[in-house]
Amino acid sequence: MAITLSEKAAQRVRTFLINRGSGLGVRLGVKTTGCSGMAYQLEFVDDINDDDTVFEDRGVKIVIDAKSLLYLEGTHLDFVREGINEGFRFENPNVKGECGCGESFTV
Amino acid sequence: MALLQIAEPGQSTAPHQHRLAAGIDLGTTNSLIATVRSGLPDTLPNDGGEHLLPSVVHVTADGEFSVGRSALQYAGTDPDNTIISVKRLMGRGLEDMSAISNFSANQLVDSDSGMPSIRTAAGDLSPVQVSAEILRKLADRAEQALGGDLTGVVITVPAYFDEAQRQATKDAATLAGLKVLRLINEPTAAAVAYGLDSGEQGLHAIFDLGGGTFDISILRLTKGVFEVVATGGDSALGGDDMDRLLADWICAQAGLERSDKRLMAEVLTIARGVKEQLTEHNEAEVALGDRWQGSISRSEFEQLVSPLVERCLLACRRTLRDAGLKPSEIEQIVMVGGSTRVPRIREAVAEFFGRPPLTSIDPDRVVAIGTAVQANILAGNKPDADMLLLDVIPLSLGVETMGGLVEKIIDRNTTIPISRAQEFTTYKDGQTAMAIHVVQGERELVDDCRSLARFELRGIPPMVAGAARIRVTYQVDSDGLLGVTAEEVSSGVKSTIQVKPSYGLSDEQISGMLKSSIEHAREDVSARMLREQQVDAARAHEAVTAALAENGEQLLSREEIRRIEAALDSLDQAATSSDPELIKQAITAVDNLTQDFAARRMDASIAKALVGQELDEI
Repeated sequence: MAITLSEKAAQRVRTFLINRGSGLGVRLGVKTTGCSGMAYQLEFVDDINDDDTVFEDRGVKIVIDAKSLLYLEGTHLDFVREGINEGFRFENPNVKGECGCGESFTV
Repeated sequence: MALLQIAEPGQSTAPHQHRLAAGIDLGTTNSLIATVRSGLPDTLPNDGGEHLLPSVVHVTADGEFSVGRSALQYAGTDPDNTIISVKRLMGRGLEDMSAISNFSANQLVDSDSGMPSIRTAAGDLSPVQVSAEILRKLADRAEQALGGDLTGVVITVPAYFDEAQRQATKDAATLAGLKVLRLINEPTAAAVAYGLDSGEQGLHAIFDLGGGTFDISILRLTKGVFEVVATGGDSALGGDDMDRLLADWICAQAGLERSDKRLMAEVLTIARGVKEQLTEHNEAEVALGDRWQGSISRSEFEQLVSPLVERCLLACRRTLRDAGLKPSEIEQIVMVGGSTRVPRIREAVAEFFGRPPLTSIDPDRVVAIGTAVQANILAGNKPDADMLLLDVIPLSLGVETMGGLVEKIIDRNTTIPISRAQEFTTYKDGQTAMAIHVVQGERELVDDCRSLARFELRGIPPMVAGAARIRVTYQVDSDGLLGVTAEEVSSGVKSTIQVKPSYGLSDEQISGMLKSSIEHAREDVSARMLREQQVDAARAHEAVTAALAENGEQLLSREEIRRIEAALDSLDQAATSSDPELIKQAITAVDNLTQDFAARRMDASIAKALVGQELDEI
């Protein structure tokens, strides 16, 4: 299953990449940490590694390493505004439980 | 769920451990807070979409604070409990208030802290407390927008703020529960916003025209470190003056009575709107209800404000002259402050410096944006390569001066990167070289400090003692590497050396050096006093002997020469003693005895200079 992003998210990623002046795309990942098992990571990409899978949606390259992909299959990345806070949100169909703050999750 | 930002590769943080940092532009009239999200710095608005927070605090009798626009509403109805422009009070004593303050005399009271307190219905408030309220309000906004507590903040201060004013600003942040990563000079922040710090070196001017004040700062960039070379400006010049001139014009055109205060306030508001319209358009309508209708063109407006523009340029010219620079030597000009939107100002600046100024970032927000960039780096959200080390110098760095004394150039505990310069001069007439001995330590004598490097500056043009200007610059970059440059300012001859000061020093050695400086504090000071007198004695001897050789025979009687020579002999004798007081007396004796001689020499040299010149040549 592919990884997708919303038009809003794609537009923000493109803006941030232009502002940064370099970078191939955005890397999604998970790390085993946090209060509820796993945590999302979101980084700029300068290098693509051998075990990475690269998706492309709305002109944006999404890079995920093999291990993280297990937990992120079918994830949709959105960019939302909540009050005066704004940022990216993972919509991950694999998630079974989240910690109170939603920064970490279990599958 | 929580919202995420894109991090630099490898810089993702664990949940609940985000390094949230913000930059705060703590202004006299308005304040802003900015942060970097996904690599993009921007100011944060409140939930009403407003970025600027008026720097106004109101307090009720119950001690209930309101900050910003809501506090500003009380300015008319409850002025005694509404505090405006508190920044002008920061770190100041009551005695220097009268010249700079918009506070009425009975509003300010003396306090123990050295700063005046502000009398309100809720009791006396210190300027630090009031500033803390403004900072807290901004921090709340940032914490709401970022979804977590702030790790630290960087706050701006004017370049001319002294240590007391900087400390007061830090205290306000601590009171607001904020950790200050660093204070940054406002002009430096503006330069960082435009990325001027990524260049190698150069001179830049920051042109800051606000509502009520004008500041011009000249910055020198060397290896990513900004040094404020000169500041100047006009503390009573700003956009408000343009509004006033325009309001006067409207009154004259419409034939209005100036006695009606409410009408005048209304005209002033209209004038401000007209000024803003003329930024975009060549012509603006002026509508005064049913009283008067008219219009003004941009060129008419420019005619009106041209005296103000002239005053700006005058301050620029004066500041450049103080720094010994020409407008053409300035590489970039950064425009700061809402009034720099006026097209005539931009044109005048471009003409003056001979190049267009930088205007792409909103001039009201540019300082806050640069501060946020700095905060983001200091909080550790950048990859190692771009990392700016926030480190301190463990031991003072100094230079050897005559008599084996140490002149400290950079004090210990100064945060790096840092660049400091001091000027020295020659000791002897016709001296063409100077040995620079770089030392490290806290003691007063070179022998008790650690020698780091020695080098020589050669090719100084021969001049009389004290006329050469040798600028010695110590610069420690973010890696702790010390570069020392000595330059003779008038001729430009230069010599440089690089050293790594902390190399090979263990923590024990550093603390040992510190301890010995405390243990030997008393004897160090007396040793220094003795050496200073010895150097003075040698200098006096040198000068008098040279003068005697030059024209002693012509200007003095045999008896006078004999007396001076006798005084020099007793000076030599005194110089070998270990009593600084004795040496001082001997120097004074020589000085007194040769005063007449010095005056005659002066007359003789003037007479020589005047011979054969026409009156209009002098």
